[in-house]
Amino acid sequence: MSDAPPATAEANVDGTRRKFLTLATSIVGGVGAVIAVVPFIESWEPSERARALGAPVVVDISKLETGQMITATWRKQVIYIVGRSKALVDKLPANDGELKDASSKNSIQPPYAMNEMRSRRADVLVLIGICTHLGCLPKQFFDPGDPVLGPSWPGGFRCPCHGSKFDLAGRVFNGSPAPTNLSVPPYNFKDEHTLVIGVDNTTSGAA
Amino acid sequence: MAHDVSNVKPGFWGWLNRRLPVEALLKSQVTEYYAPKNFNFWYYFGSLATLVLVMQLFTGIFLAMFYKVGEASAFDSVEFIMREVNYGWLIRYLHSTGASAFFLCIYLHMFRALIYGSYKAPRELLWLFGMIIYLALMAEAFMGYVLPWGNMSFWAATVIINLFGAVPVIGPGLVEWIRGDYGIADSTLNRFFSLHVVALPMVLLLLVALHLMALHEVGSNNPDGIDIKDRKDEKGHPLDGIPFHPYYTVKDLFGVGVFLTLFCIVVFFMPTFGDLLLEKANFEPANPLSTPDPISPSWYFTPYYAILRSFPDKATGAVFMLIAVASFFFLPWLDRSPVRSIRYRGWIYRTFLTLFVLSFLGLMYLGLQPAQGIYVTLSRICCVPYFAFFALMYWYTKWDPVKPVPERVTFHA
Repeated sequence: MSDAPPATAEANVDGTRRKFLTLATSIVGGVGAVIAVVPFIESWEPSERARALGAPVVVDISKLETGQMITATWRKQVIYIVGRSKALVDKLPANDGELKDASSKNSIQPPYAMNEMRSRRADVLVLIGICTHLGCLPKQFFDPGDPVLGPSWPGGFRCPCHGSKFDLAGRVFNGSPAPTNLSVPPYNFKDEHTLVIGVDNTTSGAA
Repeated sequence: MAHDVSNVKPGFWGWLNRRLPVEALLKSQVTEYYAPKNFNFWYYFGSLATLVLVMQLFTGIFLAMFYKVGEASAFDSVEFIMREVNYGWLIRYLHSTGASAFFLCIYLHMFRALIYGSYKAPRELLWLFGMIIYLALMAEAFMGYVLPWGNMSFWAATVIINLFGAVPVIGPGLVEWIRGDYGIADSTLNRFFSLHVVALPMVLLLLVALHLMALHEVGSNNPDGIDIKDRKDEKGHPLDGIPFHPYYTVKDLFGVGVFLTLFCIVVFFMPTFGDLLLEKANFEPANPLSTPDPISPSWYFTPYYAILRSFPDKATGAVFMLIAVASFFFLPWLDRSPVRSIRYRGWIYRTFLTLFVLSFLGLMYLGLQPAQGIYVTLSRICCVPYFAFFALMYWYTKWDPVKPVPERVTFHA
């Protein structure tokens, strides 16, 4: 140190200043790099076109008969539309003891479908036909005592993938891997025979 | 000295080596990389997995020349490859069979690590790189399975992506983000194509390079699980080691011959392997309105799939499936045995390992069966030894009555 030759560049270094500048540059650069990631992450969200194609769909249910199911698609999701008889709807409360979520507290549905029959109208059940377990399509087993599902089967749906069972209100039975009842989409009846899926209310004014 | 020869070597070889360390690299990694001399059958599968990786890259490049990504064109373009592209059927069967061969090699390679304790110190990082390769390979295989856009492709994508819905709070948003639509759609197929042919192959190659670098840094384990670096001759070479080239390149070439023979038998005579490698349901175009019944994933995923189905609750099943895969990562720290190889372990470890392997194979079979009755019950039974192998390892490896380990490797010339 003492008799050393002229100070080298290293000796003139202001360590504190260097440390501060290194840290400041790293932080600013790091924040910039993180922000630069945002557009790439966002690019994976549904595109404008996908969103536009998610508009409500209109279904004519004039030919829907009791005990029959028709399907529609809304936002790439299969919508089950089931004609239910009064007798079957009246029997729904009998299932309550065997259900995971009988009163639909943990399930997804509009407020007007958060009832025992999970629908606006008792005779028409509207469900998103996608198993809440892993997204397969539950198959219809509407006949009570179906030979595949045994004499105690009250009628409903069974998922072919992992065996989840649902009743005729789309409520999940105990012992199924599906965590919640089948979801109900927003929907309304424009008139007696016209079902609109995707909006809660189109009766007044709106197209 | 050995690495300085390039300075005196004349000609093109000398010129090249003064500019690029080709010879030094070959020496350190191949001709003077000393591997234990007692490698056996189980040591074929690392090199075979590398061979399959190269084959997959090569056949994949050619498939991408004819495949047309997109909801409307993907399925038809695969049929076009199968029926109209010259030898397209062969290129596709090589690729589809290669996917299964890759997993077969990786599973046998991992089994080797289990029986000879190859994950134990100082090879923890080597093991971790290997496990990350396994994960990347699962992602690669899954996305590749979606590309033909058959009905199984569609529903496999649906089920697997929906698994992310089990993540608390952000689950539903995450699922939509992965799909890029309100259901599995064109957007999903396109991004999977990009990941399958660009991103993941690059990641795999990088990981394989890291895996090999880590291997050559610590040296190969062997069936006796002892360190050959402890005993060296006067030149500093391990007494029980032989140069990788020519000894093991020749041995591996023999393995390649046998492997390719079996591989070609499958490719030419049984490319669907009775629904195991290519399912009938996937020869129908994707149909969002009809789930194939029954549905099951490719055989290499079925052990985890069976675990998922064993729990009558989505979140629990998903968590246990995750644990089933993640547990492998902790092996180097769970295993407290003083010996590496099964040859010197006691009856406790041998019992646990046997039950684990049987349960893994059992779950593999059960995952291919429908999710009902006896199959679910048996899956639940198989889960017990599977998870016990990992959960209790910290203790039973310590209590295991081990045998004395020899000083030199066991070798019968």
